[in-house]
Amino acid sequence: MDNKEKQILVSSISMLLIFAIYSLVVYNKYIAHNFEILNDFKFWGKTFLILIPVTIIAEIIIHIVFAIVNKIVTNEDMDTLNDERDKLIDLKAIQISHWVFTGGFLLSMVTLAIGLPPYAMFITLITSGFISSIISTIAKIYFYRKGI
Amino acid sequence: MSKCYINNNIRKLRFNTNEITQQELADKTGVTRQTIVAIENGKYSPTLELAFRIARVFNVPLDEVFSFNTEDDTNKSTDKKSI
Repeated sequence: MDNKEKQILVSSISMLLIFAIYSLVVYNKYIAHNFEILNDFKFWGKTFLILIPVTIIAEIIIHIVFAIVNKIVTNEDMDTLNDERDKLIDLKAIQISHWVFTGGFLLSMVTLAIGLPPYAMFITLITSGFISSIISTIAKIYFYRKGI
Repeated sequence: MSKCYINNNIRKLRFNTNEITQQELADKTGVTRQTIVAIENGKYSPTLELAFRIARVFNVPLDEVFSFNTEDDTNKSTDKKSI
C-alpha cells in the first residue's frame, strides 16, 4: 500500500470516527432527553453547521498526527505532490460520490412526499452525505489499485 | 468503436538512458513515482503534455516512447503471425 492509499484510508477512518463521535455527542446531549427536538429545524441547522468545522479541524489534527507517526515508523515523507493522475482520480471519485449523494437527496425528498416527519429527511440527507464520502474513498482506492 | 491500447517503452528507455530510476524520471517530469509505475504497467494513459515531457527526458520523438494500437491492429498482427 503506497502513501496515497494510506492517506485516503486514514482520512476515511478519521471521518468515520468523527461522524460516529459527533452523532453520539449530539444524541446524548440533546436528543436523549428530548425527542421533540428532532422536529426543531433550528436544531438541525446548528447540527449541520457545527459538523463542518468540527470535521475540518479533526481531520487536520489526525493528518498531522498520521504524518508524524508515518515518519517515525517508515522514515518516509508524506506525498505532497498532487499530479494529473491524482487529480483525475479525485475527479472520478467526486463524480461517483456526487451521484450517490444526488440519489440520497432524492430519497430524502421521497420521505417528505410520503408524509414522514421532517427529521427523516434530515437523517436521510446526513446519511447519504456520509455514504457518498465512503463510496468516494472506495472509488479512489479502486482507481489507484486497478488503474484509470 | 474498437478498444484502444497505448503501449510504451519507458522501462527500456530508462535502462538505455543511464538506467535512470522511476523516481528520477518522476522528478524530471513533475509527477509522483506511482504515476510513472502506473504508466509503465499500462494502468494509466498520460496526458499529451506529460507524454511529451517523458519523451523530452529521453531525448526521443514521442512515437518512440508511446505507440497506439486498436483491437483490430492486434487481431491483424495475430492473423499475420498465424499465416
